[in-house]
Amino acid sequence: MIFIVDYGLGNLLSVAKAFQEVSGDKKVAVSRNAKELETATHIVLPGVGNFVTGMRYLNDLELVEPLTVQVVQKKKPFLGICLGMQLLAEVGEESGETSGLSWISGRARRLRTGGLKIPHIGWNDVEIMNPYPLFQGISRSREFYFVHSYCLDCPHEYVVARCTYGDTFTAAIQKDNIYATQFHPEKSRDAGLKLLKNFLSISC
Amino acid sequence: MLKVRVIPVLLLKEGRMVKTIKFSSYRDVGDPLRTIRVYDAQGADEIIFLDISATIDGRNQLLGIISACARECFIPLTVGGGIRSVEEARKVFAAGADRISVSTAVVENPSLINNLANNFGNANIVVCIDVKLDNEGVCRVSTHRATRITQLKPVVWACEAAERGAGEILLHFVDREGTMEYGYDLTLLSEVTHAVSIPVIACGGVGNLQHFVDGVRIGGASAVAAASIFHFTDQSPIKAHSYMNGAGLPVCLA
Repeated sequence: MIFIVDYGLGNLLSVAKAFQEVSGDKKVAVSRNAKELETATHIVLPGVGNFVTGMRYLNDLELVEPLTVQVVQKKKPFLGICLGMQLLAEVGEESGETSGLSWISGRARRLRTGGLKIPHIGWNDVEIMNPYPLFQGISRSREFYFVHSYCLDCPHEYVVARCTYGDTFTAAIQKDNIYATQFHPEKSRDAGLKLLKNFLSISC
Repeated sequence: MLKVRVIPVLLLKEGRMVKTIKFSSYRDVGDPLRTIRVYDAQGADEIIFLDISATIDGRNQLLGIISACARECFIPLTVGGGIRSVEEARKVFAAGADRISVSTAVVENPSLINNLANNFGNANIVVCIDVKLDNEGVCRVSTHRATRITQLKPVVWACEAAERGAGEILLHFVDREGTMEYGYDLTLLSEVTHAVSIPVIACGGVGNLQHFVDGVRIGGASAVAAASIFHFTDQSPIKAHSYMNGAGLPVCLA
């Protein structure tokens, strides 16, 4: 079962629909039930929202501990999307400094665009550094859809794709069973659906 | 490189798609879902829904349409019309919207922009500014589907909206809407795009593909939106992309 974390924020339905499109026989659950989380094969933290609010909701719903058990200890395949990627950091800089999930060493910081408009909204090219497994079978010239003002700074060894908007920032990461994209695969047409399918092909 | 978005706008009323001229004289132009499928196939970069239903039933139909649309179109959906609170916004997001657009409610209560941005992130809050000329020919911000004109100047309001946490401005030229003649108001568009550090979507007045290019080149728009040209002519997002690419603008090509 694919468990999409419902923490009261975000385009949950869009994410659920996209997974339903590629999940085959697998059930897709949008849930905040910690018991149900234990039966998940894949966990997705979607992302529309503000860092502080996101962490507050995860804390209020008492989801941080159960998620950490399933993802960090049991090593279930995890995909963070947009804010769901930034929350993996130790610290977020949006609306003051806030502690994140700290599953990845790094900071979620404001984009540095050298005068270009912020937020960074729209379709942009993604430079794929390591196609396996997330970008397998995806043409290198495909654009993905971004909508964000912050990005994740983390050690280079985790970066599997980059994007340039004024400055170059992290577009996708991979650390063991933890995957995340700054762009929205659920809103990136066929290339995005392919990426989600690739994620589902990863087993625990 | 970031691409310039071409965005079809769908106006919905009681679950049907309508088209207006200068925000009045409604005309039914069909089934929204069928239209969205066409726009998706034609490479639209995003879709904006603006709902003008007056009834609760009409509003619920909107949520149903968004949800059906999210089921089959994997492109961004921005939804506006009648969102007056964080709770209402949450319902619209839950139905499948990726971003929301607000206009009258935030003119009446500007702090709603801060609340929405704090909850859903700046990037997902679009402030729609309906620009209308007053009796003296001065551009003003209008509300209630352009039936009321305020004293607010569009540039001043755009700056305040950005300051409060809007992620993007949808600048809608009411007096040109549906006329398909002169394109965007490039003077005002340029004034607004220079005044704010957030992206601006231009909308209203497009009659040919050069108007899209002018909106970006001269007006400084980050994205170009239109309704009539896609409803009533044989132009499509894919043709717009091709034309804009020919003019040297970065766009997504099929």
